Amino acid sequence: MTETMLARREDPEEEREEPLGPGDPFDRDDLPAPRGATGALLRSLLAAHRFRVAVAALVLLVKEAAVQAGPLLVAYAIDRGVPAFRAGDHGPLVAVAAGYLLCAVGAGALQYVFVRGAARINQDVLLDLRGRIFRHAQVLSVDFHERYTSGRLISRSTTDVESLRELLSEGLQELIGVVLSFVSISLVLLWLDLGIGAVAVASFGPLYLLVRMYRRRAGAVYAERSTAIAGVIVKFAETMNGIRPVRAFRRERVNEAEFGALNHRHERSNGDALLEMARYVVGSRLVANTAVAGMCLWGAYRVAGGSLELGVLAAAVLYVRRLYDPIDRLGMFLNSYESAAASLTKIAGLLAQEPGVPEATAPRDLPERAGTAPGREVVFDGVRFAYRTGGEVLPRFDLRIPAGQTVAVVGATGAGKSTLAKLLARFYDPTDGRVLLDGVDLRELATPELRRGVVMVTQEAFLFSGTVAENIAIGRPDATREEVERAAKAIGAHAFIAGLPDGYDTDVRKRGGRISAGQRQLVAFARALLADPAVLILDEATSSLDVPGERAVQHAMDTVLAGRTAVVIAHRLSTVEVADRVLVMEAGRIVEDGTPAELVGGEGRYAGLHRAWRDSLTG
Amino acid sequence: MPEKPAPSESAPARRSAVRVLLRLWPYVRPVRGRFFTAGAVAIVASCLSLVIPLVLKWLVDGPVADRDPGGVWLGALYLLLLGITEAVLFGLRRWLVARPLSSVEARMREDLYGRLQRLPIAFHDRWASGQLLSRGTTDLMIVRMFLAFPLTFLVVNGVTIVAGCALLLAQDWSLGLVLLTPVVPVMVLCSYFERRYGVVARRAQDQVGDLTTVVEESVLGIRIVKGFGRHRSQAESFRRLAELLRSTELSKARLLATIWALITVLPELAIGAALVLGTVRVADGGLSAGTLVAFLSTALALRWPVDSIGFLLAMSQEAVTATERYFEVMDAEEERDAPAGAPAVHGSAAGLRFEGVSFRFPDAPEGAPPVLDGIDLHVRPGETLALVGATGSGKTTLTALVPRLHEASGGRILLDGEDIAVMERERLRTLVSVAFEEPTLFSASVGENVLMGADAAAGTPELDRALGIAQADGFVGRLPEGAGTQVGEQGLSLSGGQRQRLALARAVVGRPRFLVLDDPLSALDVHTEARVEAALREVLKETTALVVAHRPSTVMLADRVALLSEGRIAAVGTHQELLRSSTEYAWLMSGARTGEGDGRR
Repeated sequence: MTETMLARREDPEEEREEPLGPGDPFDRDDLPAPRGATGALLRSLLAAHRFRVAVAALVLLVKEAAVQAGPLLVAYAIDRGVPAFRAGDHGPLVAVAAGYLLCAVGAGALQYVFVRGAARINQDVLLDLRGRIFRHAQVLSVDFHERYTSGRLISRSTTDVESLRELLSEGLQELIGVVLSFVSISLVLLWLDLGIGAVAVASFGPLYLLVRMYRRRAGAVYAERSTAIAGVIVKFAETMNGIRPVRAFRRERVNEAEFGALNHRHERSNGDALLEMARYVVGSRLVANTAVAGMCLWGAYRVAGGSLELGVLAAAVLYVRRLYDPIDRLGMFLNSYESAAASLTKIAGLLAQEPGVPEATAPRDLPERAGTAPGREVVFDGVRFAYRTGGEVLPRFDLRIPAGQTVAVVGATGAGKSTLAKLLARFYDPTDGRVLLDGVDLRELATPELRRGVVMVTQEAFLFSGTVAENIAIGRPDATREEVERAAKAIGAHAFIAGLPDGYDTDVRKRGGRISAGQRQLVAFARALLADPAVLILDEATSSLDVPGERAVQHAMDTVLAGRTAVVIAHRLSTVEVADRVLVMEAGRIVEDGTPAELVGGEGRYAGLHRAWRDSLTG
Repeated sequence: MPEKPAPSESAPARRSAVRVLLRLWPYVRPVRGRFFTAGAVAIVASCLSLVIPLVLKWLVDGPVADRDPGGVWLGALYLLLLGITEAVLFGLRRWLVARPLSSVEARMREDLYGRLQRLPIAFHDRWASGQLLSRGTTDLMIVRMFLAFPLTFLVVNGVTIVAGCALLLAQDWSLGLVLLTPVVPVMVLCSYFERRYGVVARRAQDQVGDLTTVVEESVLGIRIVKGFGRHRSQAESFRRLAELLRSTELSKARLLATIWALITVLPELAIGAALVLGTVRVADGGLSAGTLVAFLSTALALRWPVDSIGFLLAMSQEAVTATERYFEVMDAEEERDAPAGAPAVHGSAAGLRFEGVSFRFPDAPEGAPPVLDGIDLHVRPGETLALVGATGSGKTTLTALVPRLHEASGGRILLDGEDIAVMERERLRTLVSVAFEEPTLFSASVGENVLMGADAAAGTPELDRALGIAQADGFVGRLPEGAGTQVGEQGLSLSGGQRQRLALARAVVGRPRFLVLDDPLSALDVHTEARVEAALREVLKETTALVVAHRPSTVMLADRVALLSEGRIAAVGTHQELLRSSTEYAWLMSGARTGEGDGRR
């Protein structure tokens, strides 16, 4: 799967290996999970709670027993209590009264214990599952997310988790209740009268067949429903995130038609699911009621014939009716089970995705720095990067960047600049060769160590919900407010932040649309400054800045970030000019390498770019 | 960071549950026939369940006691018929509502989506999309389930309980009264519980919305999370929120457990008392054994309807809060077009004109300075005006006023003399085309994305022309399926520069009368930028354009430049004039504090 994912990357100019189409599991929202993964997932979620599930089941068992005792006490009261009372013996009746009181209070108390205990198990499982989905998604590569879309991930962690919640909160109780009452009532019936009990047990045969049929049909319907709601969510999220262009280009009606179609698909599968349930209910009720009538008939004959006590028949009749009470609940359980199974399959498919960039198994630390300079040496050692079916982006690439050097990389779109940056930031791993930081392969570094080493600032400056200060502190979560402000000041962002309604504590979501793209890029820089990495990568990170903003960034790089190793990818040659060294890339190769002055003086590509840029400055 | 999730809009003063739920009526109305029939069917089916014990009583007291085989057959036959009818009615009820209920949910979701597309941008700025999404998904599912189950069964079980009580009283009024004693305490407990539960249910729903927001942001911001290796702390904040939700759910469970236990115990105690009293009376000969069996059988048949009240009320309460959340969005004021009156035409003033325009965000704190204040600006027909200003000076806001993405708070904006405030938005947005600072592509083909900017008649020639202007024809041609390649969130992701060029092509494809470009060339490399500029010059000749510019190269596209400073137009003139006359402008263009910018020429 990872290779298919890698096929989708940022620069489409290079070949891509898999066509998009209906055969694509991403488009069908149908990532393959290994066989049995769904069941394994459910088991692993419940495994930790095995003991508590057993206790909950036990509580429910005792509670059912207390509830089921009612008719028995009725039979006892009529058969024994009445004659005894007539004979002046109040004992049996007092026993009945005490027994009923005990059962009623016991049932209530156990009900309370069970509901709370089950909720605790349920919520712990959900917390676990939500966490697993989230953590796994965070580990998966950027490419994966570009294909999977935020909408699907939302669907997995909300509506699909919700299906499991229904199964656990109602289903678990239903299942335990159904099994317990089937077993206990059957036993009581068998004990009361072997014949009637046997008929009751025999009626489970057709019920089992019904259940099997229902499961087969409902499984397919629920799988379709889960896909359909994910489609709805994807479209919904995309519209809300792009609401400005939606408005400006009058997409409202077209969107409504598209959304309507997706929504209708969900509506259909939803209706189908409800209809399957209706079928099951009719079938199971018919079986149950026929059995009840049969048993009564038989029992009545035998009472009439004198081979059965009236009290036994009365109790049996009460129990028989209750024997089938849980078939509706069984239906509800099956319903939530199938719905949850469909959702869990989707979740298992997501969790089965291998991270394209695995965490180091035996992490090493970076060596102590030789001198006082904060930078580190970067080496691309025979690095080749390609997508599965060829289309090499970097054909064997060697590069050494000494500690503390600022290197600018220029070249046309698709020349491989971004790939270079992403390899160094370890968004990808090279197909061949190694990327070394002070002699250590990036693949051998644990994430925290890697990020002390290398940090990348990209063009998209996304702000998370929360305050401006929190957004900057992503660079270093344990930073104090002073450090956050110092970083903002160093990059020239302090002025605008101080001017916000609540300064650093301004909630960006409340005014999220109102922090301009340039300001967001400044916040992104402040983050990087705060992270204080040995190697800083700037991938088109200044595109939305105005000239003073760009100057501030350059100034910060000369002062605060002095001595860092820096790789700067920029279209603006003003940024490039201050570099120690310029690399010009073309088709994945370095075609020019030198100081800006050397290259400007020459007749190469950089000189051409530079002239064009000088012209653009003055018009 | 999502440590403090976007606060969801606080719940309005609590209204009565019934009044909230009545707001669902317009959606239920179209399916009311089937819906009410299903309700009636459910009531009949439940009453049948109550009749069955009576048949049993008749069977035991009559034919069985009399040893009458024919009567036993008859009784069993009745029982079978009743059973079949009950089964069919149960199925019928579900069949009747299956499609209608899915359609209610679907209609509500469609309306929500449609409404959200038309709510002011300011609304979207305030609301995290996760909160909107959770209203459109989980909340609506709760509402659907409520209509399918709790609503019907509250009614059905209510009727069943009343009918059952009547039967009990008819069978034996004194035993019946004993059974009815817990009714009042149960009702009091239920109403107390309902209030408490509603508050917690609402909190849980809001927390689901916050969680949704974090999930969404974790994907939208994945490059930052990865770039800083923050997936652990991200997962940590997610966990904190998820734990918050867990504890809310647990307090919900605690409430539910309490009420459920009480609802189980109280009626059961009454049944026990009735049993003891009944037995005594049977012993005294005041009551037949059959009557007592039938009586208790009826009482036990009422057990489920009574027990179920607890969770039915809980589900209803969740539906109430879900409905409230839904209507919080639906009640927000849509953008409305002014009533069609005589268009205010000032024939003389052609072009794009701002007259004393001021703007402040509707939710800005009292006393905060307006973002834009008294903007007077005239872009003559066919002219291109560059808008230059420091970061955060209000340039983007100013451009957003033209297609009315935001509404000016004061003054007016005229397009060829027509006040945009009284124009139909649809027409306004046809006249004005925009390229945003952040180029958003939708899940559609490249061609469709570009042609969004033109009317339906536009086809390949227009597309080719627009791609050519934006210098996008080259890379689009190399895409796997050319202009038919899917892009956007569900398609191929393009680089920033490529997206920007497509957004530019989208803005110019319809040959709009007015063009608003927000820093349209920022992500392009120098060579491409030069080529786009050359092509764009041709386009700009025949349109009236406002271009936000950060750099001299973009300013060069314009005939004149306006300098926006602290919400006001500080100066208007040509690039050269402003370089000489305004130090701020020179600073913005060159980054140098003094008039160094001149030296560049």
